[in-house]
Amino acid sequence: MASYARELTPAVKVQNLHRSFNEAGGVLNGLDLDIAPGEFVALLGRSGSGKSTLLRSLAGLDRGVAGTGRIEVPEKVSVVFQDSRLLPWKRVLDNVTLGLRADDAAQRGEKALEEVGLAGRERAWPHELSGGEQQRAALARSLVRDPQLLLADEPFGALDALTRIRMHTLLRTLCEVHQPAVLLVTHDVDEAIVLADRVIVLDGGVVRHDAQIELDGRRSVADPAFARLRARLLSELGVEDDHDAAPGRRTGSHLGERAAS
Amino acid sequence: MTTLTAPARAVTTAGVEDVRPVRRRLSPGTSIRFGGLIGIALLLAAWVVGSATGLLDPRTLTEPWTVVETAGTLIENGRLQESLVTSGIRAALGLGLGVLVGTVLALISGLSRIGEVVIDGPVQVKRSIPTLALIPLLILWLGIGEPMKVITIALAVFVPIYIHTHNGLRSIEGRYAELAETLDVTRSEFVRHVVLPGAMPGFLLGLRFAVTSSLLALVVVEVINATSGIGHMITLASNYGQTDIIVVGLVVYALLGVTADSAVRLIERKALSWRRTLAS
Repeated sequence: MASYARELTPAVKVQNLHRSFNEAGGVLNGLDLDIAPGEFVALLGRSGSGKSTLLRSLAGLDRGVAGTGRIEVPEKVSVVFQDSRLLPWKRVLDNVTLGLRADDAAQRGEKALEEVGLAGRERAWPHELSGGEQQRAALARSLVRDPQLLLADEPFGALDALTRIRMHTLLRTLCEVHQPAVLLVTHDVDEAIVLADRVIVLDGGVVRHDAQIELDGRRSVADPAFARLRARLLSELGVEDDHDAAPGRRTGSHLGERAAS
Repeated sequence: MTTLTAPARAVTTAGVEDVRPVRRRLSPGTSIRFGGLIGIALLLAAWVVGSATGLLDPRTLTEPWTVVETAGTLIENGRLQESLVTSGIRAALGLGLGVLVGTVLALISGLSRIGEVVIDGPVQVKRSIPTLALIPLLILWLGIGEPMKVITIALAVFVPIYIHTHNGLRSIEGRYAELAETLDVTRSEFVRHVVLPGAMPGFLLGLRFAVTSSLLALVVVEVINATSGIGHMITLASNYGQTDIIVVGLVVYALLGVTADSAVRLIERKALSWRRTLAS
């Protein structure tokens, strides 16, 4: 996709966004953000930095929250939550096609389930699926609607580390095929670097850091560029002593836990 | 190094070793098959023995074989079936009306704030008045005919249906409503796919209470004044000291109750199959 076209017609345009839950202070304080069509943006930030508030604003789920500003989003927006939010009383396929008004809704649902690797599980109840499978079904439910914008609020936060890695691969593949603009809220720096075209760090309700990820091809944690980017993002987030980066010991870096300590 | 203690148990079956430490069991252990029926059989046996040895005066409680005989006679001359049909229709009409009214009120009250304001208060007040205390007023308004009986049963039934369905509606998690909003479903789709199935467990719990309430109300309205039905049969027998007929009537009530309860359980199994698999 030509980059000049992206700049001319953003999929998401946020201008001077203010949101506050009480008089004490704003959660978002004049935030500006553009996301190009098909662009994958990861949103990092400490707990309380306003990343979920921003996502909910874009999703149109912040009725009753005081604030001003301007938000332009595409017509078709899908949301993936941290929990899969599958209705427990509906079979997986019925969950995927819920509210889908099309004659071929069932076929499209089946195709979407096949895409996320859940072919054959159409008739299963949600609780019969594992946590990762439930989140796959939730992804299918979003993608079957052909979203121009996919909003994901820590979608892999509740999954175990191994499942999370598999889900990263799946999400990248799906996004390459469907090309939605993506805003992924996460507190996992590695996840942000592995998945996104661009990483934004939110602090004090404004964008503090905004950078394209210049890594090519397969992004590996073994790549020194990866480590440098990771260290820089962590320092933006106020984490200097990154003991996870020590050789021979590397797990997901969860800022929420460490920022709190 | 710790010393090894001797195994608590060493079982050897067909030459295959099975040595394992076994703790003393504190829980009641595995359940007995058909356990529920054994207690009933014991009680029946005590009745038979008591009657046969003369320990149990027939004026207090007739011999079981007399009850069986009386039941045979009552079936032969058609009185039992006739009473059963009358009582059954009464209970079914009252139950049906009460379930309908309770469900509709719960839906209105659960889905709109205005509905809640108008409906919930009066129902909570009605809940604190025992339905049976309303009978004198209902007799004045409706007379002593069938409408009074059906309405009394319906009044007893709609309260548990309302309370539990409303509770079920309110306990549907807000996150599901949020999800439905992000999927752009219409209001009617929301009711059909989220609200009704979500409130179903509450409704079915209410239904089980409602069935019990309907039978209780049925007995009371039939005993107070009736010219037909099981209750009438029992009242008449009481006047003539015929304990055998009373027992037959009680057995019929018990059968009605058990049948209705099993029917609700069956509905529950069908409607909540998404939950059953979770339990198993």
